[in-house]
Amino acid sequence: MLDQTEGYITADGRQIGGTLMEMKNITLKFGGLVAIQDISFDIREGEIRAIIGPNGAGKSSMLNIISGFYTPTIGEVWYKGAKRPPMKPYEVARMGVARTFQNIALFEGMTVLDNVMTGRLTHMKAGIGAQALWWGKAQREEIENREICEKVIDFLEIQNIRKTPVGRLPYGLKKRVELARALAAEPSILLLDEPMAGMNVEEKEDMSRFILDVNDEFGTTIALIEHDMGVVMDISDRVVVMDYGKKIGDGTPDEVRNNQDVIDAYLGVAHD
Amino acid sequence: MPVSAWEEFNLASRVEGVEGLRSIPALLHRNATEMGDAPAYREKEYGIWQSWTWAEAEEEIEAFALGLLNIGVGRGDYVAVIGRNRPTLYWSMVAAQMCGAIPVPLYQDASAEEMAYVLDHCGARFVVVADQEQVDKVIEVQEGLHQFEHMIYVDPRGLRKYDHSHLHEFSHVQAQGRAARDEFIEELNARRSVLGYDDTCVMLYTSGTTGKPKGVVLSNRNIIEAARSSAEFDHLKRDDEVLAYLPMAWVGDFIFSIGQAYWKGFCVNCPESVETLQTDLREIAPSYYFAPPRIFETLLTQIMIRMEDAGKTKKRMFDHFMAHARKVGPSILDGKPVGAMDRAKYALGEMLVYGPLKNAMGFSKVRVGYTAGEAIGPEIFDFYRSLGINLKQLYGQTEASVFITVQPDGEVRSDTVGVPAPGVEIKIAENGEVFYRSPGTFVEYYKNPESTASTKDAEGWVATGDAGFFEEDTGHLRIIDRAKDVGQMASGALFAPKYVENKLKFYPDILEAVVFGAGQDRCCAFINIDLTAVGNWAERNNIAYASYQELAQHPQVIETVRAHVEEVNASVAEDDMLSGCQIHRFLILHKELDADDGEMTRTRKVKRKVIGEKFGDLVAALYDGSDTIYTETEVTYEDGRKGKIKATLKLVDAAVVPVTPKAVAAE
Repeated sequence: MLDQTEGYITADGRQIGGTLMEMKNITLKFGGLVAIQDISFDIREGEIRAIIGPNGAGKSSMLNIISGFYTPTIGEVWYKGAKRPPMKPYEVARMGVARTFQNIALFEGMTVLDNVMTGRLTHMKAGIGAQALWWGKAQREEIENREICEKVIDFLEIQNIRKTPVGRLPYGLKKRVELARALAAEPSILLLDEPMAGMNVEEKEDMSRFILDVNDEFGTTIALIEHDMGVVMDISDRVVVMDYGKKIGDGTPDEVRNNQDVIDAYLGVAHD
Repeated sequence: MPVSAWEEFNLASRVEGVEGLRSIPALLHRNATEMGDAPAYREKEYGIWQSWTWAEAEEEIEAFALGLLNIGVGRGDYVAVIGRNRPTLYWSMVAAQMCGAIPVPLYQDASAEEMAYVLDHCGARFVVVADQEQVDKVIEVQEGLHQFEHMIYVDPRGLRKYDHSHLHEFSHVQAQGRAARDEFIEELNARRSVLGYDDTCVMLYTSGTTGKPKGVVLSNRNIIEAARSSAEFDHLKRDDEVLAYLPMAWVGDFIFSIGQAYWKGFCVNCPESVETLQTDLREIAPSYYFAPPRIFETLLTQIMIRMEDAGKTKKRMFDHFMAHARKVGPSILDGKPVGAMDRAKYALGEMLVYGPLKNAMGFSKVRVGYTAGEAIGPEIFDFYRSLGINLKQLYGQTEASVFITVQPDGEVRSDTVGVPAPGVEIKIAENGEVFYRSPGTFVEYYKNPESTASTKDAEGWVATGDAGFFEEDTGHLRIIDRAKDVGQMASGALFAPKYVENKLKFYPDILEAVVFGAGQDRCCAFINIDLTAVGNWAERNNIAYASYQELAQHPQVIETVRAHVEEVNASVAEDDMLSGCQIHRFLILHKELDADDGEMTRTRKVKRKVIGEKFGDLVAALYDGSDTIYTETEVTYEDGRKGKIKATLKLVDAAVVPVTPKAVAAE
């Protein structure tokens, strides 16, 4: 069992810090439907944490709770050592949580650069007047923000599509642009909702490499939901497995892989 | 006794170089002193063109040189440089020279084995690379490199977890150099002040269509003299702009981006990445531009494909004005008399079509443009010239520090390579082989006295290996083929494969061609289709295909290629000497010829012998009269994995024009 507060060292030698976010006894109900039932787990600073499970297991609901889009019916979310009150999504974003979406949510008519710049919105403080006039603080801010965006663009190797409208891009690149926008927010925790969905093997390899690089280069904590077991097992440090709204496994990829409940869930055993 | 131009050059510069400037670091210092605030380097990074003045460039280079001394670079050491064109890598080369070491740029797309050969042959103790990809390649082969000691990388991405006992980051080496300035500056000054005119400036490995690459040793004299005379020939100026995007291991890039740039003090611009090249070209709008024919071909194909998809009005306007440009454009460019009406219409065309087109290609400001390395199709050549782009041809070699012949302004044609460059003497041997000597003539092949002796004689004449002749009325040189490829057919008729291949390659549908026929009674050919052009044609004609192989063997594609071959045959038949080289049978290959499979050099020249041996079964089938042949070919993917391609190829007959070929008459 892992130590709850101290942190640990991963198989490839990275130092993982203390708890960044903790879900305590989360239950989520939509009317009579129980989407998530009494789940607890934590996300440590600097780790890649995956949430997996078959269709309808409640993974996306869980991610929506982390991102503040849903408020749990019962249970608490602790973030950076304090209990998080119910919040609007933009307030959560200001606290350093950024995400990508399962069905890409970019502004199709805007260029890649403009889309990435929207990731900086929570960091812009100048008033609407100054921004409209491109004057003083607004100007300085935009230059700083552009610089950060350009570093992200360089990092994800999308310089050649900087000025291309997103609508013209193929699916795999759109996914990358979405990641760029999330990274531009300089999040302390990055949530990825099925980052590899619908990709071919080569695109998956690229995306895996970028996720690992982001974690390595910026030390960003990453929580991701993924269908593709192979990818998840390769890149994550710890995995939560959900099935029918319950947690059925939690641990390193090896531990999870050998967990009988997990094997049953994936191979399909009758539930009672 | 009359003194030749070459001897005059030698006498003038024997003692102290040009104006006392005997090395690249000396030129750098002059530029930093005389025009310290002028831009020397630009590189697009983070979406902005970052620039360095000559004074800043000297400071950066000096810091790196001090850092190199700090990690123990000695006089005469070889420092390999691998990566895409970046200011830091150019600085590495000049910094190595400052330390009295010799830079050896390598092709960045070389495989690990090719790299291992060169690194081992020159015994590089130090390697400067761009990024993780190159670091990995060198690590893969370092076991076999006994002299290899330290590697320095520019981009730290992904390298954090590597063992850093022999690995250093570029900026750290510079920082350590700056910190240790007091300790090493005297040593550095001592080393750069003794750099002599005949000391080695750079060593460049030739790609080699046969055998292993050879290390061509070029002295400071070679580089500076070649840069000086060529810069004067084309009136290059301090405020010219170039875009450095051709391989750093290629002699041309060294001459343009270091030789001429340091001599004249113009600015070298480095693109952001390979993918952004076209955008960067457009933003910089170079005034001096250099590209192999392939780039012009690709660009023209792209334009034509896009015009096919353009609206009707635009398409008609384009066709109309391009027809006019073909008629009068080259004459206007050459300053020949052209009627006032034609001029007016050309000016209108410039406003509506040529100007915007040049702008889109990034050629708006090109004052001098060169193509070399291969023959360029007359139509491609004329297309660019008719737009008012001063595109010229030159003929050169690594061994000559590029320049052998060049086309002067106003005397430009697609079928010659021009007149001898300033300071170059040329003679044609009895067998037609071209020989030259010049101040740019290389010192030797490194560790290879036999090859040196067989290429360069005691009087300094260098064999080019190309067969050619001077046109009597114009004095322009025409190159027919590689001298060793020029052979005889069974009938005794002259066999010049490249002459025919070039004619074939001028069709946009045909990417490469390999002609066989030495010692045979007739010629046969392999054809590679151009996937971009043929694929686009297929799309427009609703022809479905699943793979390159399937498209290549499509009956309509074969018919089209057959028509091209027959046109070429008709044109070859007009030449008395070469009419025996008409193609009787051909096949379309099931894979693109590729340098990774050893079928081409890294500069994309076909290795005829290798191909002939590798596809021996196909060559045999062409001659034995069968209709189809089944074949399996091993291919190497970019990551080094191997796979197999299986295909059944059709062998196709082509009509030839009946002629009685003349036997080669020895003159």
